[in-house]
Amino acid sequence: MKPQNVNSKPTAQSPGPSRKSIVPLSGQSSGQSHVRPIGGGATPLLEVERLSKFFSVGGGQTLKAVNDLSLTVGKGETLGIVGESGCGKSTAGRTIMRLYEPTSGATRFEGRNIYDMKGTELKRLRREMAMIFQDPYASLNPRFSIADIIAEPLDIHHLAGSGKERRRKVEELLERVGLRSEHASRYPHEFSGGQRQRIGIARALAADPKLIVCDEPISALDVSIQAQVVNLLQELQRSLGLTYLFIAHDLSMVKHISDRVAVMYLGKLVELAESSELYANPKHPYTQALLSAIPVPDPQVEAQKERIVLSGDLPSPVNPPSGCPFRTRCPYATEKCAAEVPAFREVSPAHWASCHYA
Amino acid sequence: MDSILRVEDLHISFRARGGEVQAVRGVDFEVRKGEAIAIVGESGSGKSVTAQSIMRLLPSPPSFVKQGSITFMGRNLLELSEREMESVRGKEIGMIFQDPMTSLNPTLTIGHQITEGLIKHQGASRQAARARALELLKLVGIPNPEDRFSQYPHSFSGGMRQRAMIAIALSCNPALLIADEPTTALDVTIQAQIMRLMKDLQERFGTSIILITHDLGVVADFCDRVIVMYGGQVVETGTKWDIFRSPQHPYTRGLLRSMPRLDQPKGEPLVPIVGTPPDLLVPPQGCAFCARCDEAMGVCVDHDPELLPVGQSGQTAKCWLHHPLAKEVRHETAKR
Repeated sequence: MKPQNVNSKPTAQSPGPSRKSIVPLSGQSSGQSHVRPIGGGATPLLEVERLSKFFSVGGGQTLKAVNDLSLTVGKGETLGIVGESGCGKSTAGRTIMRLYEPTSGATRFEGRNIYDMKGTELKRLRREMAMIFQDPYASLNPRFSIADIIAEPLDIHHLAGSGKERRRKVEELLERVGLRSEHASRYPHEFSGGQRQRIGIARALAADPKLIVCDEPISALDVSIQAQVVNLLQELQRSLGLTYLFIAHDLSMVKHISDRVAVMYLGKLVELAESSELYANPKHPYTQALLSAIPVPDPQVEAQKERIVLSGDLPSPVNPPSGCPFRTRCPYATEKCAAEVPAFREVSPAHWASCHYA
Repeated sequence: MDSILRVEDLHISFRARGGEVQAVRGVDFEVRKGEAIAIVGESGSGKSVTAQSIMRLLPSPPSFVKQGSITFMGRNLLELSEREMESVRGKEIGMIFQDPMTSLNPTLTIGHQITEGLIKHQGASRQAARARALELLKLVGIPNPEDRFSQYPHSFSGGMRQRAMIAIALSCNPALLIADEPTTALDVTIQAQIMRLMKDLQERFGTSIILITHDLGVVADFCDRVIVMYGGQVVETGTKWDIFRSPQHPYTRGLLRSMPRLDQPKGEPLVPIVGTPPDLLVPPQGCAFCARCDEAMGVCVDHDPELLPVGQSGQTAKCWLHHPLAKEVRHETAKR
């Protein structure tokens, strides 16, 4: 069985026998350490272009959950998307997965617009992209055994020829995520939150995807368990060459796991940069406030910190402010901010922000 | 400083189908006047059960207090009648709950909910209560209090509801405020607003505060003393400087190591605590953390350690490593 290298040139159009293999064993696949491209790299896996997703909320009003979002994700890269509740980060993740049809815009996966796909091509795409959900209690069917949960993608895409092969693959996946093969016959209620999240990860890996959208994968877990799951995700990325879109509100964890970070506010992208650059040198006033609001577990740091406390609440995304969406809470807002929508521009190399004064 | 609350040897269990879940197993601590303490722990550590038992909010059955006492201003709260307890709740001890969406009554106006305590406990007239409520709404930073007074909770955002709840909790000038995960349901920028508000109010009125949280970051900014709970027991106590600068229990150390920090360069992988917390249906005989501890010794399996003093500042840790004999044991283990 030939180990499949996810980093090689796209082979999505020709389903060779290599795609049949599920997870390659770590020793076989990683001969060389792969370089993570910064800034999307020369070969972006995913290109999102002017993507918008609006919902009609009745009374002729629309909620602009995602508004004109553009970004790229390189092969093997982790792009973090952060923002507060209601900023549209989860909707963005789901639209990029085509769980929602977009209102406008395009998402290209290996060069092909996924919203044009249908039939077998769309079904193929479903194998290439997988998702890990926030709530490990709600995202596993309580009436399925662990084996059936993990093998569901294998069954749908006919990736296991026989019952024996199916069982072997399930066991391999369980061991890969740090569970034991005898867990296969049990049911979700027998597992803790952290273990359930591992089961969700095993399911996401089953069809051998290239991209995994992780939607708040650790926020329902206890602190001591979060690190276990994050380390697992990073180890899987290294051994399988996975690309992650990591959606979260915990900025400390996003900084830890991401190569680049995108910050969203009211459906708009407000800043995007390489992660240590973003944290060391935030350009947008919203990013600055968000970073300063995060408590650091060190009394010395906290005592010396000048915290920017924003006044007011998030405005409604149904009726967002004119001009810059952040201007109602921004300490530096001027008349220009109310009149003109700031362009999302490169304020310094590979550092993008949408603020007139950045 | 005078102690206003003293919890001694508190044991609380829940009757469940499989037997008895021992949620709190021998908790001791005290709160002094004007001080802010934090009880930190993960889910299932017993921190919320401890807090709710002070207010006697746990339904019984299934819960029952097996032993211990909770002395508040000289009275044992566990011996008060339900009626006597009503005059403590909301008047002498205020409480702020985690979820501002479900802990306000959706069918009553915010004004009604704030004035309720004033009228009941302080015998205030409707007009005096209204004036005081408007003052409180202004104090907690709610704009247009006159309009907000007659609105229902559904027209308040999450942060505003939590402010309203703080106004309710403070309405009768309680000596003690218990805040059970007050910002967990809120976004970070709103969390910063609420924590600043609570700190201002504490400094102005000298209210003692017990903050129940799982977020060590919030603790570092807010509290004077920290109590770390694990498996229904207190495993470490100390000032926030002790706890963050020289944690003495392996669990506290592990917790701090497993969190990424925003102010540090990234690179090193996180060091997780392996395994999962103990099942309190059958709590371990020895130290509750022993199965996940990388410094565990033979004695830890069978014998539960006491809270032992460490250093001069009053820091304590429930760990055999701080027993005077532990150094010899370690030495022996190393030789073997």
